[in-house]
Amino acid sequence: MTTAAAESRSNLTPETQNRPTAIYRYIRRNPAMMGGLGILSVMFIFWAFGTVLTDVDDARPLSFRPSQSPSSEHWLGTDRQGKDLVTVLVIGTPQTLRIGLIAGAIGITIGTMLAFIAGYFGGFIDGTIRFVVDTLQTIPILIVLVAIAIAIPGDMTVEMMALVVAMLAWLGPTRVLRSQVLVMRQQSYVDLARLTGMGDMEIIVKEMIPNLMPYIVANFVLAVAGAILASIGIEALGLGPFEANTLGMTIYWNIYYASLLNGWWWWWAPPIVIIVLLFVGLFLVTRGLDEWANPRLRKRV
Amino acid sequence: MTADYVLRRLALFLAVAFVAASVNFFFPRVTGQDPIQQKLAQLQMQGGGFSSEEIDGIIETYNAKFGLDQPLWRQYITYVGDTARLDFGESIANFPTPVTTMLKDAIPWTVGLLATATLMSFVLGSLSGALLAWGKAPRWLQAVFPVFFTFSAVPFYLMGVLLLYFFAFQNDWLPLFGGYSTANIPELTLSFWADVIKHALLPAASIVLTQIGFWALGMRSMMITMQGEDYMHQAEAKGLKGTRIFFRYAMRNAILPQTTALAVTLGHVISGAILVEIVFSYPGVGTVLLKAVQGFDYFVLQGVIFTIIITVALAMLIIDLIYPLLDPRINYRSD
Repeated sequence: MTTAAAESRSNLTPETQNRPTAIYRYIRRNPAMMGGLGILSVMFIFWAFGTVLTDVDDARPLSFRPSQSPSSEHWLGTDRQGKDLVTVLVIGTPQTLRIGLIAGAIGITIGTMLAFIAGYFGGFIDGTIRFVVDTLQTIPILIVLVAIAIAIPGDMTVEMMALVVAMLAWLGPTRVLRSQVLVMRQQSYVDLARLTGMGDMEIIVKEMIPNLMPYIVANFVLAVAGAILASIGIEALGLGPFEANTLGMTIYWNIYYASLLNGWWWWWAPPIVIIVLLFVGLFLVTRGLDEWANPRLRKRV
Repeated sequence: MTADYVLRRLALFLAVAFVAASVNFFFPRVTGQDPIQQKLAQLQMQGGGFSSEEIDGIIETYNAKFGLDQPLWRQYITYVGDTARLDFGESIANFPTPVTTMLKDAIPWTVGLLATATLMSFVLGSLSGALLAWGKAPRWLQAVFPVFFTFSAVPFYLMGVLLLYFFAFQNDWLPLFGGYSTANIPELTLSFWADVIKHALLPAASIVLTQIGFWALGMRSMMITMQGEDYMHQAEAKGLKGTRIFFRYAMRNAILPQTTALAVTLGHVISGAILVEIVFSYPGVGTVLLKAVQGFDYFVLQGVIFTIIITVALAMLIIDLIYPLLDPRINYRSD
């Protein structure tokens, strides 16, 4: 992390000199963060075990007899196309996460840059960026992404999916970080830095970004969650990477073959459990980060 | 001054409408392929259940609509003109049916479901969030709310699948799919309305259950911030009744950011509702969208995309125009 943020934290709790213990104590005081990280690490452990225990080829269509209920051989049964569902989930979950991480990273990078350009330099550029963000924010994101996804020629891949979702992933970060930059720009330490002769770039990199870190991290997690949500939505509509086994594609096949009405619970329930755990985990982490970014919220019970 | 504000908002609305129309026009062209022509070529080869005259008819419509021999800018002007008159052409899958007719049939279902569910979750969520912050919430509410906070992280449609499984599949308390029983002919009788409400319960519940926590969370933190304000101390010092302070002082102020949030999240809510409709095969815009994607019914797709964007923009315009009435302090100028 960064010096300024760490300094301000150690000012609050002077007894925590040692970084790892400080983080440990902080997490213990912040149950939302602990719960979120807990859920995400349990998922990671399952995935790690899964990769060791499963064979990638079992997720190909026609590998097994279709629509089998769970057995000792296929722990979660097989789907209508004869894929082993444990393998599908072990392969698909990280693919979905990859979409989220790629899109979130692109979103937060562009968002932070635009926020600084808008908030720091102000004037006409700020007005334009704000107008574009405000206008785009009123448009239902899923619908615009559908319009983009339809227009893409050829077969969709996981990476293309990530790029499609990334096209609007910068909106949220830009809006939130811009207002933070506006507030921060007025603070005395920025004036002080300027008086000591620091240049604009130096002030942004050395003073403002470290102090913005909690917000940047929180918005990154939000952007990842938003990107995953959007990608699953597009995939559920049948515009996703058909060759891949992402969670969203699994949902699509479930809708396509009406697995719920056919009583194939082993097919539709596990991806839902994973998606719900993923979102709840990310949600709790953002709540935890929120508290970090805005210590006044700690009053909340 | 007020006229200026209204005009600015109208201008923003028109900008969104324009962007929506242009998105539809330019995306397929930017990627250098023409999905409509591909689909038509495919239809021509396979027949696809159409007679050759019908396909000729579709192609004629298509050529007339886009004027393929015309330069791009003229195609664009024709397209924007058509869109402004809400003429989206005819569906390819159900050929002679105009897209507008399909949308007209679907929109009441979506708007009805969404408006009811959003209003319910907004009112219930804000009220319980306020009570929770006030410390006067009944014990059961305090016990239940962490669950709702967690629900707010779950996508609506997944909640829908779970509700569907427990209330319609495992126990047949409520219908499994559709907007009304197929045995019922849509007419304005009491029994038909009862049937419609019965079918709407689960889709609406999946939106309300996941949204309540979101509104409660926002309201609660606003109310906590509010408690430190001077006018709150003053109201207490004056010896006003608790309920009066709660409704007229605290909630009155805390509801304002909630209304802003309502406008901002509307797009998100409708994205989720589209998928809810798909889960429940609800006869709204979402199901039309799914069928259009599956059958690559391009004109319908364009119509749905444009309509949804415009509807949300319109709802936001209304919220923005009401907002100054709620908050007299608001500055009608931009900054």
